Amino acid sequence: MDCTVVNNVKAATRRGKEDKKVLRKQLKASHTLLKHEGISTASQPTKNLVVANGGLGNGVSREDLSAAMKQFGDVESLFMPPQKPYAFVTYRSEDDARKAHTQLNGQKLQSGENSVTLYLSYVDSVKHKEEVRVHFPEGLALVEDFVSPEEEALLLAAVDWSTSDQAQKALKHRRVKHYGFEFCYDNNNVDKDKPLPAGLPEECLPVLHRCLQDGHINVLPDQLTVNQYESGQGIPPHVDTHSAFADTILSLSLGAKTVMEFRHPDGRVVPVVLPERSLLVMKGESRYLWTHGITPRKFDLVPACETRSADHSEPDLDSHGDLTLSKRGTRTSFTFRKIRHEPCCCAFPSACDSQGGSSPSPPSQPSLPSCHADATRLEEEYVHLVYNAIASHFSSTRHTPWPRVCHFLSSLPPGSVLVDVGCGNGKYLGVNPQLITVGCDRSSALVQICAERGFNAFVSDALNVPLRTDSCDACISIAVIHHFSTQERRLAAVRELVRLLKPGGQALIYVWAYEQEYNKQKSKYLKDHNKPQNGGKSKDKPEEVQEPYKEPSVLSASHLDNNHTGDLKDDSKMTEGKLSVHTNRTAFNSQDLLVPWHLKGRKTPGEEESSSGLHTTNSPDSKLSPSVDTSQVPGGSSVPVFHRYYHVFQQGELEQLCIEVTGVKVQTSYHDQGNWCVILKKE
Amino acid sequence: MKLLTHNMLTSHVKGVTKGYPLLIKATEVKVNEVDFNPKFVCRMIPKLEWSALVQAADQLGHREDLPGELVPDYEKNEDFLKKVHRVLLEVEVIEGCLQCPESGREFPISRGIPNMLVNEDEA
Repeated sequence: MDCTVVNNVKAATRRGKEDKKVLRKQLKASHTLLKHEGISTASQPTKNLVVANGGLGNGVSREDLSAAMKQFGDVESLFMPPQKPYAFVTYRSEDDARKAHTQLNGQKLQSGENSVTLYLSYVDSVKHKEEVRVHFPEGLALVEDFVSPEEEALLLAAVDWSTSDQAQKALKHRRVKHYGFEFCYDNNNVDKDKPLPAGLPEECLPVLHRCLQDGHINVLPDQLTVNQYESGQGIPPHVDTHSAFADTILSLSLGAKTVMEFRHPDGRVVPVVLPERSLLVMKGESRYLWTHGITPRKFDLVPACETRSADHSEPDLDSHGDLTLSKRGTRTSFTFRKIRHEPCCCAFPSACDSQGGSSPSPPSQPSLPSCHADATRLEEEYVHLVYNAIASHFSSTRHTPWPRVCHFLSSLPPGSVLVDVGCGNGKYLGVNPQLITVGCDRSSALVQICAERGFNAFVSDALNVPLRTDSCDACISIAVIHHFSTQERRLAAVRELVRLLKPGGQALIYVWAYEQEYNKQKSKYLKDHNKPQNGGKSKDKPEEVQEPYKEPSVLSASHLDNNHTGDLKDDSKMTEGKLSVHTNRTAFNSQDLLVPWHLKGRKTPGEEESSSGLHTTNSPDSKLSPSVDTSQVPGGSSVPVFHRYYHVFQQGELEQLCIEVTGVKVQTSYHDQGNWCVILKKE
Repeated sequence: MKLLTHNMLTSHVKGVTKGYPLLIKATEVKVNEVDFNPKFVCRMIPKLEWSALVQAADQLGHREDLPGELVPDYEKNEDFLKKVHRVLLEVEVIEGCLQCPESGREFPISRGIPNMLVNEDEA
């Protein structure tokens, strides 16, 4: 045997090993397809292949996959189901399919910035999604090319982003400017008595007159909101507040196309492509009942064929597979609305704030974040903004320090430096006057309350605390880390606490527990359900705001009574991939959820006084805040509801998180009234 | 913001290695009388970065005759403890900003509260 032969044998063995690996992975892929998608692969070659990892859901574009497939023969059809990690290809001949299988299986495919390894299996037939034609929501119309490119340029130039005034908000994830009336994001409404100095830009008038002429509207709008979305930005699903605006809502898309998703409460989702220069008209059901939103992402799924046939004026995305990815550009939308002056009397009371339906902006039901940008956006909208909006009411319910936290604080040697990361209204900063304490919180409104009470506090994020490494004798993080929406960020929060500690220093962490019943004991959070509540509508009962352990009591007084088994379920509907809305004072049905906060109306000075008097009382039953007549709430008859994001921890999860941080030991861990708690010690 | 807080704060902008102490640019400073507790002040002193405190007091025009070096046996020196008490707990910056000595990034102080939030690209 000469050298070459030996090498060839070695190479063959090596190839053999790799082939086995590819085969193993391919089998695994075909099992996954069967298990999750009901696609069964064929053992014998056919003309049809399923390409695992070659789907739109993996960021593979139609163009790139098509090019790869065409190398091996005539492709009869390429079917790429939306959001799926696989695609189907059908060749004219079985031979070509066989060639593609041999050559491409286990090979890498580069598509844009993504690189994927393809695994191919034969299938007997291509499984097309049931051909259900998805119709536009009732009342929705899209008029393409409503404005000319010249008008588009004129309109875009009419918005002066350089001036910063009241009506222009730098929402973290899109730019917004209001004309006519300011839309207030705190209560999702407009102050109808306070028109803005600047009316609608005159550049809009020709466009609006055309809308009148064409019968899209019968009265000119008097409010304009301009939103500018960079690629990757979006807006959570929402229904425009019924009591704020009249029926028809117009939205012009300028600069770039996007996909807007319409969602019906029954779970139907209709994605609608909004091309640049198109006009979207929302009326009736599509305006009052369906939510609309734009998922923040950089690519959209759009029909692969740009030239649409005349009979295909509704580009419904779900009913066919001819889709591809379209990179988003900067899109500016002009939303024209007419301010409503009487209560809304639409046919959809369940979604109508004028008719006692759900909150003005129904829980927009964001999804669990899938990337860093999603996580920060979620936390911005569902944690930071909410705490700033509810700060004063929140603070009035947070006056009793939890006994075991106090015990920890009292156990620290006099003169210890204590930092409270996420200090809220500062209720722990003064518990042990022998300590040198400083607090920080993400909410400037809460930090303001600390300062007014004479505590040292500053505004900071818990992931990036501006204090020196190894500078604190002790840290506490009470009811903070459950607001981070990914495991990575929760871990980073623990790591940051540990960084601040001196060697030997201790950190106490409290997070809300998934298990609200522990050792057959219901937490106070659950038990308090039968105490007096305001229930949102019953205005004669005082809201019960005592808090030893979290959360104000609100709503669903009858909920538990209907359920004698003790097996309590959250009655909120869980739509796929969306965060569910928790029902206050019930057991959790999910670890990631939105917890409603029913904001009480602004207090009169007298009420303020009696409320602050609560700080000195210690008996739980006496801590009833004055009742608020809900009809006095400014701007409407319903109580504003805010939703905060929470990740509730399962038993052991907090310890597990802390173990991942090096240089620290879990000293103690315990369950305290529906919270999981640990004391860490830095080594 | 009291100088006790300032003594603990550091710049946390990405890439900064010497973010301490932060420079104070004050436009409004107030002095509030606080009960003097010599024992508490004694306990605080070893936790402090002395030179940062002196520098901060200097920047606010409240150094008076605070020594550049920590005096020995300060526990019994009530006069000295009173001075420390004053700069640490009584002098307060109401409006102005804190500036990172390395990057120049400014953090606003408004109504007595430093806002130390950084943008995502700075963290």
